Amino acid sequence: MIDRKHLSQRIAFGIFRLLSLTVVGILFAILGFIIYKGVGVISWEFLTTAPTDGMTAGGIFPAIVGTFYLMIGSALFAFPVGVMSGIYMNEYAPKGWVVRFIRMMTNNLSGIPSIVFGLFGMALFVNYMGFGDSILAGSLTLGLLCVPLVIRTTEEALKAIPDTLREGSRVLGAIKLQTIWHVVLPMAMPNVITGLILALGRVSGETAPILFTCAAYFLPQLPTSILDQCMALPYHLYVISTSGTDMDAQFPLAYGTALVLIVIILLVNLLANALRKYFEKKVKMN
Amino acid sequence: MKKLFEKIIEGVLACSGFVTSITIVLIILFLFSEALGLFNSRVIEEGYVLALNKDNKVSELTPAQIKDVFDEEITNWNEVGGQDMSIRLFRLEDITQYYTEEELGAAYEHAGVKITELVERTPGIIAFVPQQFIVRPDSVHLLQDNTISVKDVFAGAEWFPTATPAAQFGFLPLITGTLWVSLFAILIALPFGLSVAIYMSEVANSRIRNLLKPIIELLSGIPSVVYGFFGLIVIVPFIQKVFNLPVGESGLAGSIVLAIMALPTIITVTEDAMRNCPRAMREASLALGASQWQTIYKVVIPYSVSGITSGVVLGIGRAIGETMAVLMVTGNAAVIPHTILEPLRTIPATIAAELGEAPAGGAHYEALFLLGVVLFFISLLINFTVEAVSARKR
Repeated sequence: MIDRKHLSQRIAFGIFRLLSLTVVGILFAILGFIIYKGVGVISWEFLTTAPTDGMTAGGIFPAIVGTFYLMIGSALFAFPVGVMSGIYMNEYAPKGWVVRFIRMMTNNLSGIPSIVFGLFGMALFVNYMGFGDSILAGSLTLGLLCVPLVIRTTEEALKAIPDTLREGSRVLGAIKLQTIWHVVLPMAMPNVITGLILALGRVSGETAPILFTCAAYFLPQLPTSILDQCMALPYHLYVISTSGTDMDAQFPLAYGTALVLIVIILLVNLLANALRKYFEKKVKMN
Repeated sequence: MKKLFEKIIEGVLACSGFVTSITIVLIILFLFSEALGLFNSRVIEEGYVLALNKDNKVSELTPAQIKDVFDEEITNWNEVGGQDMSIRLFRLEDITQYYTEEELGAAYEHAGVKITELVERTPGIIAFVPQQFIVRPDSVHLLQDNTISVKDVFAGAEWFPTATPAAQFGFLPLITGTLWVSLFAILIALPFGLSVAIYMSEVANSRIRNLLKPIIELLSGIPSVVYGFFGLIVIVPFIQKVFNLPVGESGLAGSIVLAIMALPTIITVTEDAMRNCPRAMREASLALGASQWQTIYKVVIPYSVSGITSGVVLGIGRAIGETMAVLMVTGNAAVIPHTILEPLRTIPATIAAELGEAPAGGAHYEALFLLGVVLFFISLLINFTVEAVSARKR
């Protein structure tokens, strides 16, 4: 006979197992549902043509290109700024209130809802700086949104480098900058890059920040400059699943768009995980 | 030379170190500068007046009263502090009921005179007309046009930003909507989140844990539109069927979607806190004869309670700020909800749905920025709570 102590443990653990399984189930239900419904829509034509007939037929090529532009644009802004900020926090800033203050501000920024970034981007980039609804304004807004993520991963990566390496370099006569450039950064790079890739994934799926800074409902041709509007996958999905003239014709397209978005996120996650594993192995071998 | 170069680089790094702080200052600056104009704008639509008969002693009406008067919910002047006299509404388009086209002139050139005459001789009238149509302002009684007050906004029970003659900017329905959805979302997410966190940190072996971790990461990586889309296609019809509702778009649908989205935040933060519980404490408990489960709820959970609180608060923050998914599944009715099964509307969803149509610089536009300010401060509050909770532990 099992005593009460172990019986209650069994029941409790059973519940935890069951609920954990449910959460995993939910994820696979969402992924499975969209893959199942979307996979039939995906074709070379769907990926490479523009929407036609008032977005009830055709493909999503301009949206894919737009999302791609936004990812590049925000990366160009957020990566240098974020990485430099991370370096400053871990290597230069006097420990104590400065670091605490910056960290607090970074945490606050990362907690601000994305729609507030949208409002801010509209007020600052679109109206005040006069960029208008454009890829430039959208990229800057999205860039600001993912700066905290980049800072945090850079900081973590730098923290993992033991101080003995820095001291060894300094003893050999290298100045601080040389130490960072030649010793610390190369070692921290793998983790930094992993963080950057995850930030890209975040950017690719955000809708609220680009609603009023960049996203176009429909554009017949691709953007030609950074001051043009562009279409984007998440916004396109929102548009065709909530408004339109012919819902029955639009829903298959929406499944396809959702699937493409999910595949991008999956690829980004897989890539980040693979990189992490690969570099871990390499470090061990050394 | 080398020294100088290093100094320059250091300066550049320091500047970028403060980029997040600068951004926050700029956000405050720009949101406020756009939002505060709301309290300078007038209740009555610009260029228009509300004209009363000279003998009417009512001098001012709140925005809510104006709306009720024009919706014919209030039909007698004694309900708003005047004499016992029924209210006669007059809008510009009603003019043809009183005068023929010949009387008004071909280009309506006599309209002003006629309207002023009408107001002068009708005791119970309230006329909503362009300012230039009141040709003898001294002979009628113009309703005092106040600026929109803080009370109208934060205690106003109606959100009707395009209503004429007085737009309603009451935040209450939006704030209650947001709180309802987030609260229910957390109630749904909590048992699941805690279970997964306990399971991952205490029960599962490392192989299963390494399998679960990327799954949770993936769950947090799925874009909110995809959750919204899934909710729209699967959860909304499901709720409509189960509860036999006229529409499935409801607070509950939003809560379920938000619960799924808040899970990764709750799980990662809570699990982290539990894993930080020192091994020695666990072993001491086990050595005293406690079972693993007793150790968990008597040692590990009390030890990590501040981390668990942080996780829950951050989860609430995530739910409050979420835009697209909520916009797609909650039905967006701007009324104070009575049950979670009704359509409702949250602050972020309102901004996302309406900013595109609000003319820049107008009162509606400014009200939406003010909603952004409210959201901003909620998120700051949540962050400071988390910081205070984790500081207490230290």
